[in-house]
Amino acid sequence: MSIRSILTLLGPFLALVVVYCIFGAMKPAMFTSDVALNVLTQTVIVATAAIGMTLIIISGGIDLSVGSIIAMASVAAATLVTEGYPPLIVFGGTIAFGALCGIVNGGLTVGLRLMPFIVTLGTMQIFRGGAKVYSHGTPVNLPFDTTTYKAWMGGSGLPYGVWMMAALVIIMTLVLRFTRFGRYVYAIGSNENTATLCGVNVGRIKMMVYSLGGALAGLSAVMVMAKTNQGDPTTAMGMELNIIAAVVIGGASLSGGEGTVIGALIGALLMTTIQNGCNMNGIPTATTEVIAGVIIVIAVIIDRLRHRRAA
Amino acid sequence: MSRDPLPRLQMRGIRKTFGSTIALGRVDLEILPGEVHALVGENGAGKSTLMKVLSGAHSPDEGEMFFNGEPYRPRNPLEARARGVGMIYQELSIAPHLTVEENIVLGMEPVMGPFIDRKEMRRRALEALARFEHPDLRPDMRAGDLSVSAQQLIEIGRSLAMGCKVLVFDEPTSSLAQKDIERLFLLIDRLREQGISIIYISHFLEEVKRLASRLTVLRDGSVVGTLDVASASTDEIVSLMVGRSVEDLYPRTARTPGETILEIRKLAGASKPVSADLSLRRGEVIGIAGLVGSGRTEFLRALFGLDRVRSGEIVMAGKPGNASPRERWRQGMGMLSENRKEEGLALNLSIADNVTLTCLERFGSAGTVSPTKQQAATQSWIDRLGIKCQGPTQKIGSLSGGNQQKAAFARLLEHDVDILLLDEPTRGIDIAAKARIYEAINEAVTDPKRPRAVILISSYLPELFGTCDRIAVMSQGRLTRAVPVGNLTPEDVMRVATGKADDLPGSSS
Repeated sequence: MSIRSILTLLGPFLALVVVYCIFGAMKPAMFTSDVALNVLTQTVIVATAAIGMTLIIISGGIDLSVGSIIAMASVAAATLVTEGYPPLIVFGGTIAFGALCGIVNGGLTVGLRLMPFIVTLGTMQIFRGGAKVYSHGTPVNLPFDTTTYKAWMGGSGLPYGVWMMAALVIIMTLVLRFTRFGRYVYAIGSNENTATLCGVNVGRIKMMVYSLGGALAGLSAVMVMAKTNQGDPTTAMGMELNIIAAVVIGGASLSGGEGTVIGALIGALLMTTIQNGCNMNGIPTATTEVIAGVIIVIAVIIDRLRHRRAA
Repeated sequence: MSRDPLPRLQMRGIRKTFGSTIALGRVDLEILPGEVHALVGENGAGKSTLMKVLSGAHSPDEGEMFFNGEPYRPRNPLEARARGVGMIYQELSIAPHLTVEENIVLGMEPVMGPFIDRKEMRRRALEALARFEHPDLRPDMRAGDLSVSAQQLIEIGRSLAMGCKVLVFDEPTSSLAQKDIERLFLLIDRLREQGISIIYISHFLEEVKRLASRLTVLRDGSVVGTLDVASASTDEIVSLMVGRSVEDLYPRTARTPGETILEIRKLAGASKPVSADLSLRRGEVIGIAGLVGSGRTEFLRALFGLDRVRSGEIVMAGKPGNASPRERWRQGMGMLSENRKEEGLALNLSIADNVTLTCLERFGSAGTVSPTKQQAATQSWIDRLGIKCQGPTQKIGSLSGGNQQKAAFARLLEHDVDILLLDEPTRGIDIAAKARIYEAINEAVTDPKRPRAVILISSYLPELFGTCDRIAVMSQGRLTRAVPVGNLTPEDVMRVATGKADDLPGSSS
């Protein structure tokens, strides 16, 4: 890893440490392992989806429908559980379902050469509405005796979800840096024409990126279900914005060609820290939203300054 | 120099450093009223920095400037324009959604109370446009609908409407077609007659000779000479620019054409080319001359699979058929785009990523890529082509144009293609980089083990005559036979390119 990319990560990482310490100074309980564990666990849902979003954004695209995919997939996951399917089928089925949604996004973007912003603005409504239609607008609750999924987002010690998040971050970092697919994703985002000229199958790579984004949203949906014991068609409202914010705070450029998965994880952790820290200090939700918004704007400004200096 | 007319503009002892780099070391420049003064020099010689100082974008560390004899020290480009120094950059700054007149008065709109004074705006725009004698350009047109050359006029009009007496043109012809270039030259002549001083920056010495009365050569941040254009020879100017006498810019060792590896019959694209026949042999360079827009680029794009082929046949190394760019690379054909920024390079990726993008599969197994191997391969091209950079991981966008182009060329060499399609490979780059690319072309076609073949598009006839073995001309989508350069004169080529003749003279080869 070059010094430059370490510097890019260092910014958000320092921000995370500083913000965490500020809240810690106000409320020393922030430094207990319980709270730290809580922050990590709460980050899993956003971070998992943000990993997929990172790939989409690096390739020069965007997916506004990710929150809706999570909602719809969580309904699907809960339905599979209530039908009595084993965890393997529930995980596999929900991930495949998310991937399918991603294929719809990718297919419209690539096949019809539409702007991903507009396409996913539309599918955001379609998926959300679809989830509500299917579940008649009410959550699908897991049976009371279901305990299989508890350990993913809670229980004692590090939940499985945190391990999964860490593994995903490592795997996707390696994929982006050390595989042809990863290098093509950066090349397409940096200059699609160059990628075409150089013989990269741009359409296929984009399809892979969007379906991978959908698949990770599906996995995120299983975590939502594990946490809430239900599949709720109204869950993850507006979460797409938190997910995109995490990616951008982590140093990705919305014009493509730049970004890292570790950055996105740090961005997601920062968002959770703010929420938790405000919560523990008794700061009202409305104020928390303002603070989170300010942090996003600051992240964008820093990004801007960094680019200006580099230019 | 006669002191008689008061200089319009004087720059004295201008010095500018960036950190430890001396961009300008005490530069003097004097511009007279109503003269076209050319500023030439290799990339990095300090031309842009000097002009940025003049336009107020940079403030000099030392030195003083006078405008019409009065001290002049602009703090920003807007102030410089208000004082009478306007810049016409290579990259136009036009707001495409606004009209011509709105663009002309942009930033200094006449107002009546809180509202734009539309009548006054129209008057000023018409006044500026009147100087162009260009009846097709009306104030209410949408700027984005106009051609690049018309947009350039808007930009010039903007400076004129402000009453600028000095206009700086930075490589103004790089994005213009031939007929628009001629039109621009006539306009510059006219502006000069109206007493406006023009500083003209260009890589093309032909343009300089056509337009300028004097020229100043910059090298390594210093003025190495100011010459009267009429009495200066091209060789003299070039040797001042590069700091050594001009050896042969176009190296050419003995070439022996081998087997035919590309056969093109009656190729037609979506709109252009209409019809192109060509057969290319190993060990030769075929040049394609023609005006911008004649279908030269479209010919290469169709051949390479970037654009649709309507009809015709392509036989590559014995295998017929059309192919995608991906398949072409696999067959051993590579293309260098004329448009480095838009298409040729992924600017925010590293040099290594750009050089190896077409053949990542060679740098690891099972879909993996080893950055170390990528960098090692790239480093060898950096050394061999003399790419000035910090190393293979540097972002390619931060290199100079000439070094970017060398890296784009290295992509074809790294892929080790048999056929190199080169579209304007030396446009807008400095002479040293050009020389290096000509050398690399010659090395490729004279490789004793496996001589490559090259198709070279160029608008610059000396380059075609210097590097090619045969030349074909594209005119309105039709490609002539390729004729050995020995049987041709530049006039023959121009006659066909401009439609004054149908075919090149001489025997077919």
